[in-house]
Amino acid sequence: MQITVRRAGFLTSVQDLGRTGFREFGVSTSGALDSFALRVANLLVSNDEGAAGLEITLGGLQLRFDDERIVAWCGGEFDVRVGATPLPAGHVCLVSTGEQLKFSAPKVGCRAWLAISGAIDVPLVLGSRSTDLRAGFGGCDGRALRDGDQLYLREFRRSQTAATEEISSWSAPYDWASPTKRDPVLRFVRGIDWERFDASALQRFTSEAFAVSPDSDRMGVRFDSPELKREDNVDLTSEAVAPGTIQVPPSGKPILLLGDCQTIGGYPKIAHVITVDLSMAAQLRAGDYVRFSEVSLPDAHRLLLERERELERFRIGLSLQGP
Amino acid sequence: MEIIPLGDSALIVRVREQFEDAPEETLDQVLRTLQQLRNAAIPGVVEVAPAYTTVAVFFDPLTVAKTGEMSSEVFNWLAARIRASAGQRARDRRSLAGRSLPQIVEIPICYDAEFAPDLDDVADRAELSTKEVVDLHSTAEYRVACIGFVPGFPFLAGLPQKLATPRRDTPRKEIPPGSVGIGGAQTGIYPLRSPGGWNLIGRTPLKLFDPTKNPPALLHAGDRVRFRTISKEEFEALKR
Repeated sequence: MQITVRRAGFLTSVQDLGRTGFREFGVSTSGALDSFALRVANLLVSNDEGAAGLEITLGGLQLRFDDERIVAWCGGEFDVRVGATPLPAGHVCLVSTGEQLKFSAPKVGCRAWLAISGAIDVPLVLGSRSTDLRAGFGGCDGRALRDGDQLYLREFRRSQTAATEEISSWSAPYDWASPTKRDPVLRFVRGIDWERFDASALQRFTSEAFAVSPDSDRMGVRFDSPELKREDNVDLTSEAVAPGTIQVPPSGKPILLLGDCQTIGGYPKIAHVITVDLSMAAQLRAGDYVRFSEVSLPDAHRLLLERERELERFRIGLSLQGP
Repeated sequence: MEIIPLGDSALIVRVREQFEDAPEETLDQVLRTLQQLRNAAIPGVVEVAPAYTTVAVFFDPLTVAKTGEMSSEVFNWLAARIRASAGQRARDRRSLAGRSLPQIVEIPICYDAEFAPDLDDVADRAELSTKEVVDLHSTAEYRVACIGFVPGFPFLAGLPQKLATPRRDTPRKEIPPGSVGIGGAQTGIYPLRSPGGWNLIGRTPLKLFDPTKNPPALLHAGDRVRFRTISKEEFEALKR
């Protein structure tokens, strides 16, 4: 009925698909920074797509299972082991009672999402089980996991799945299970304040590689260089920002906002990373380089629709695998 | 009315260009638009949220596409629906988060030195005594222009001009919940322990944000706020 957190690792938190409906009160989205990865992992273990799982940042997590569970994970290039057996991303495995699951530090990428059959049983707060780390509520007492925490799991029906103690031979599509790329190109649509930047800043934005800074976190990916200066320095009236927004503070160093970002901001918004590429954005860590490439808004919507259709086919395929 | 994409899953409806030149009128206009958008119940719209001169509309492009719209038309379809909703009269002002708007909310504040580490600075800058600062601050009437920064943080318009004080050069790493601050031409209240750069001049014992309640915040955008000066004893009593 529960798992014991033997080692919490660098930063592990309970997350689902995030919190909606309370932005007018300043409540952030939170949630898995790659919600698609969590959905795929959940489908693999026959959970609801939006069930609460764990978001693991930079590894170091060790769990001990107090009963049998089916697990799957998606994310960066982590070495994950069930007992001594490696569990590759996007595959399914049964963890036996008393067995341990370990995440090493990732070779490439930053985060992974672990789904456990039955899902993690924490209370719904404002409609979500996600941890809001900044405001300190939701998930496990509003905080990251600590060594020694006990997490309760909900019941699950073993017969729902065909998994055995072997690692499954089938898996989720590779691009979904491991969205990590070295030095990725993130596609964007123009932001509201695009035209506040002069031609040379826009040229740099679309042609140069941006270095990810060490003070990046779940609120946003910060970039050290190059700097994007704008001509005017008028104060803008604060308005909504969203995960994916790239804002440029007076320092000229852009920030790509992620799930824990504030609901409003007053810095100019040069661009927005499209939803399908937030999977790659969630894998960025200090020292990585990123380039940005423009797409049209209809293309962003088309790409999202196509991915959803593929997920639907995958979901049907999974239901055919079952007993 | 301007409708501008905010990425592929949100857009901004800009109701007016400026806030400061007409805060009352702008807020009323923004709240009217917010209510019209809620009443319109446009398919695919997940939530709407106001901020100063704008209303943000978050949507699910997949739901919009299921209405039969081509992926190339998602934004245009939504924009057309939003424009059409603006023509509708606000039918039901009560439906806004389950209560009528705007409300008048009284907030007790203790301005004792213990809670007001920056009161002297604000007074020096305004060339007033600390008592005059407290009198001015506590007798003005404010309006919630926006909630943000952290959950439940109200940005209050209506600060007497004399009290406008720039943010501190070095923000504090940790500000106690309930702290009342001045940042530029606005005043506000920190609902949660958080970092912040505003000048702290008092503290309220009220809880401005409680995630176990719905709505979780004491204040809504558009609410009118009055402060009431309280003693340290009252502060402690109300805190309990």
